[in-house]
Amino acid sequence: MPFYVAPEQQMKDKADYARKGIARGRSAVVLQYEGGILMVADNVSRTLHKISELYDRIGFAAVGRYPEFENLRLMGVRFADVRGYQYDRRDVSGRQLANIYAQTLGTVFSESLKPWEVEIVVAEVGDTPDEDEIYRITFDGSIVDEQGFVAVGGSSEHVSGVLKDRFAADAPLSAALNTATHALARENGEERELEAANLEVAVLERAREHRKFRRIHGARLNRLIEEGKAGNAAGGTAPAGGSAAADGDDE
Amino acid sequence: MFEGFEGGRLPAAFMSAGTSSFTEFLSSVRPELLPGHKLPAGGGTEHLTPDATTIVALTFPGGVLVAGDRRATQGNVIANRDMEKVFRTDEFSAVAIAGSAGIGIELARLYQVELEHYEKMEGRSLSLEGKANKLAQMVRGNLGMAMQGFVVIPLLVGYDEIEDRGRVFSYDAVGGRYEEHRYHSIGSGSVFAKGSVKKLYREDLDTTGAAKVALEALYDAADEDSATGGPDLHRKIFPLVDVITEDGHRRLPAEEVERLATEVVQGRAADPDGPTVRLG
Repeated sequence: MPFYVAPEQQMKDKADYARKGIARGRSAVVLQYEGGILMVADNVSRTLHKISELYDRIGFAAVGRYPEFENLRLMGVRFADVRGYQYDRRDVSGRQLANIYAQTLGTVFSESLKPWEVEIVVAEVGDTPDEDEIYRITFDGSIVDEQGFVAVGGSSEHVSGVLKDRFAADAPLSAALNTATHALARENGEERELEAANLEVAVLERAREHRKFRRIHGARLNRLIEEGKAGNAAGGTAPAGGSAAADGDDE
Repeated sequence: MFEGFEGGRLPAAFMSAGTSSFTEFLSSVRPELLPGHKLPAGGGTEHLTPDATTIVALTFPGGVLVAGDRRATQGNVIANRDMEKVFRTDEFSAVAIAGSAGIGIELARLYQVELEHYEKMEGRSLSLEGKANKLAQMVRGNLGMAMQGFVVIPLLVGYDEIEDRGRVFSYDAVGGRYEEHRYHSIGSGSVFAKGSVKKLYREDLDTTGAAKVALEALYDAADEDSATGGPDLHRKIFPLVDVITEDGHRRLPAEEVERLATEVVQGRAADPDGPTVRLG
């Protein structure tokens, strides 16, 4: 039996559906630090990544349904590699990728019955902090150019609030990581203790040659977490208070 | 706004589970971008691109080194005197090319994207054997062009993280893949270069020693083969020397190569035939 549903209602239903889906999973944050851009996700899996490399200077972070954002990731890698091969490596930009994602998600949202339950971040590290770009793209294809830091996920507003209080663009890596985990641990108004095993961490390192993306795990991650805690305890709430700023460069 | 981006979506192939191979993907969405796409039939076209000449590679304990001269020739003419024919392909491998320069550079570029693409799609790198086999397939894909005179011969060097040693792979025009032990050379001056390396090679070379052997070999190649360029002290054009160890790929800084190459040239001033090997 055919029946009429107002377009407004239809869109609202879809948006509610997508929001609910996204809220079921954990959040991710992306923020600047003194050496580039730090990406942190609450993720127990070692292999099903929420954070990945798209191109030389460009990283990808996503929350929501894994198969859906994995599809988007593959698409982004393919788009970037074709583009970089066709023209030059410098001709691949975060803005292009963010646009492609926004249009794809927008089309899916308006044309399919089921919207994709994903929220993604495309971050590009520049030669200087002023040239860094961080874009947030939501399930309906909206795109926001974020300044300094962004949180995505079900309770991203809450996480952003915590981030905002402690964020400093020139913080050392350990302090920035401490800020990120502090914010992630306060998701949904709860207060948890996040350990290295729950974290997926990667950086886009400004000073690195060729490909800037690098994952941080194992001993180095543990050391950074400890340094962050020590710095935080010594310097109160100021993220720059960490005197142990020297990051070992080994894995 | 983007090619192939119509109706708000990229072609479906971009999102399919599909392949982790860039070449395969490109051939399905943008085949015209592949090297050698739609080459007109007919021979006698080899004069269209210059030839890249001599490459030397040798292993040393804990790594591998590859060096290439800088000359490209077109018949009797020097087409380019500072050409780059050694390419970093990923953190633990490098490719050097000899033969048709225009095709070879494109092949190396494609191969580089291929390795990186696989790594990003799969979340891990190909094994060195896998990389070597992939290159063999790409060379074989160029067979049609090779038969028209555009022969490209690559040389792959890499550090095998599983076996903890540097390895060298050579190829023929039909994609035959051969692992070389200790040292190898390809290109027009390879006969002379390989003879030179053979006499200078030792099992206990360090990076600098290996670089010196490679530079002596390239000098010998340039001495005998008009298509190979020697070190150009006046224009400051020196061979490219790439070293791969467990720490990854590193191109020797120009100043260091200049210093070593100058030593080689000065050595030849005293003894034009270079270092001699004592018998017995």
